[in-house]
Amino acid sequence: MSQKLISSNRRVVMNTIAGGLLISTGMGSLHAAPSGKPIRIGGTLSLTGPLAQTALLHKIAGETFVDILNSGPGLLGRPVEWVLLDDQSKPEVTRSLYEKLITVDKVDLIVGPYATNSILAAMGVAQRYGKVIIQSSMGIPKLATYDMQFPASPFGPNPGVDYPGVILDCVASLPQPPKSMAVVTSKFPSAQFIAEGMREVGKQRGLSVPLYLEYEFGTRDFASIAARIKDANVDFLWVGALGLEGNQLLEALKKLNYSPKIHYYLYPAPGPLLASPEAKNALAQTFFEDHPPFSTRIGVEKLSPMYRARAVKAGVPYTNLDSQAAGTYNVFYLLTKAVEATKSLDDKVLAAWLKKNTVETLMGPISFNGPFNHGPARMLVKQVQNGKWVVVWPKDVAGGAILTQ
Amino acid sequence: MPSMTLLTQALISGLLAGGLYGLMGMGLSLSWGLLRLVNLSHFALAVLGAYITYQLGADFNLAPGISLVFIAPSFFLFGVGLHWVFKKFKVNEFGSLLVTFGVAVLLETLIQWFWTADFRRFESPWGTVSYQVGPIYIPLLETLACLTAMVLSGLTWLWLNQTYIGKALRASAQDPEIAAAFGVNHARQSYVLSGICSAYAGVAGVFIALITTLSPSQIWSWLGVIFAVVIIGRLGNPLGALIAGVAIGACEGLAMAVFNPAWAPMVSFSLLIIVLIWQPKWL
Repeated sequence: MSQKLISSNRRVVMNTIAGGLLISTGMGSLHAAPSGKPIRIGGTLSLTGPLAQTALLHKIAGETFVDILNSGPGLLGRPVEWVLLDDQSKPEVTRSLYEKLITVDKVDLIVGPYATNSILAAMGVAQRYGKVIIQSSMGIPKLATYDMQFPASPFGPNPGVDYPGVILDCVASLPQPPKSMAVVTSKFPSAQFIAEGMREVGKQRGLSVPLYLEYEFGTRDFASIAARIKDANVDFLWVGALGLEGNQLLEALKKLNYSPKIHYYLYPAPGPLLASPEAKNALAQTFFEDHPPFSTRIGVEKLSPMYRARAVKAGVPYTNLDSQAAGTYNVFYLLTKAVEATKSLDDKVLAAWLKKNTVETLMGPISFNGPFNHGPARMLVKQVQNGKWVVVWPKDVAGGAILTQ
Repeated sequence: MPSMTLLTQALISGLLAGGLYGLMGMGLSLSWGLLRLVNLSHFALAVLGAYITYQLGADFNLAPGISLVFIAPSFFLFGVGLHWVFKKFKVNEFGSLLVTFGVAVLLETLIQWFWTADFRRFESPWGTVSYQVGPIYIPLLETLACLTAMVLSGLTWLWLNQTYIGKALRASAQDPEIAAAFGVNHARQSYVLSGICSAYAGVAGVFIALITTLSPSQIWSWLGVIFAVVIIGRLGNPLGALIAGVAIGACEGLAMAVFNPAWAPMVSFSLLIIVLIWQPKWL
């Protein structure tokens, strides 16, 4: 009996020591490693095509999220597999690929692609099959009428009016606020939509808008557009640019020996614009940049170095965690939060949970109780400052003051 | 009302952009006019030339002028090979449209497979260089493209009008049987012309690499405006292609300065419709 007791006590002590060692070496996580059949999450990104420079950031962020998840307890104790396909920046390809993901690959869940046109294409397929679709870059919320689509970025229900107000507040705070503005925009729907808002809100605020131009998405020649901008010689140049269009326009302006006084680009590829010498002090849209207070938010401490390491390896020009990357991280974060909370993969159950709850994310609290499943808007303004993007507006989250030429 | 400076700047930019249109259109115009072959793969070849220029520059730091030394002869051979296929399978004018459309799609797929659909930019120190003349700025690369188009179209016009081969080619295009009766060996000369047309696509490609941002789908973005250039400039006429290209470029530039840049693509088609309704003698 006493022999048995001694043996049992010894075993407890040995187990405790072994357990302690495991915990101290980081191997003995309280969570068991994920096991079983992977939960497959399907989606596309523009890995090639005009939107690829930006979509690459989404890819790295998504992969980092899945790695973090699988290195922990996984999802419902199971590993997660991201089935990612290349939609080539083409909505028609996106549509076919989502059809394939749902019907052929039979993924458990889906996440949205990048950019408005592709999201709209994917949303139609999601609606047909009753799938929840969370996306981070749908720039025209009013077009997202599907009840089970959820925005992971706080555009708010009406960015066409709200965001121009934020931008104009930002430039109005300068020591010499602009009195005139040129609005030049791609006809890409989400850019054109905000551009129209800029013109209207600008006029309402007493700015003269002598130049409003639209150009086709994929325009080759910016020479004449640059000539008109130079001729207008306004205080503030607002460009509804996507990807590399901002760089192309700045090159054309340089050929005319012209530098805009205050200039803004809506959705640029962050790295190339940052690298352009002509983009000094350029402003752009953001929801998140990797500096306080954003860097102190939930999950950023772990995500940021992992993302940077991957971005360096992928040869990304700007390796800091930024708004684009944070968007896709948020997509996965919201989806897995809903799955964990409901212990379900049923799309209707997940949609019902998302509608009722507010989730604290790296972009701040996200809720879906407003029009088009949007919560309050929190669109910010960032600026190129000493080789980094820094949030400059609103002041309560700014990482630095706005610089002017 | 736009200022005179703006109008002049837009006109200059448009004229120079038109030079590239002329350069692109020349090969297609000669092939269509003198060989009766509508070569849609001409656009794909030009873009392929641009990608090769980009790649040689990025990998081997090769200047575009030196790249051209490789590109032009290779493309000449490609043109000869393509013409051999046309001859072998007795492809007619309409058939050439379909066959070369297939070749263009094939080349586009090849470009996309090798370089992906990402935007590519040939970074050169001359990319943003321009010269100031009063209040007007003249971009260097666009000027070079325009000058190259002028030189090539002039030389080609002389070749077609002053040499035996040129005259024989024109005679065969007008009436192959009568030309053959006068001893014109159209088959042999047509290989030379087909090779030259493809080499011109390569020359245009070098300037496309220098001036624009590359993507495989760019192949089709040239289609409308270059067809307008070729038809307005009269088939088989290198000088006509250049003049039409410059005219369309100038009109586009002015349209972008006066109206909205998004309307620019309408200019070439509006001009084409006007010319087709007007039916001038030179058409």
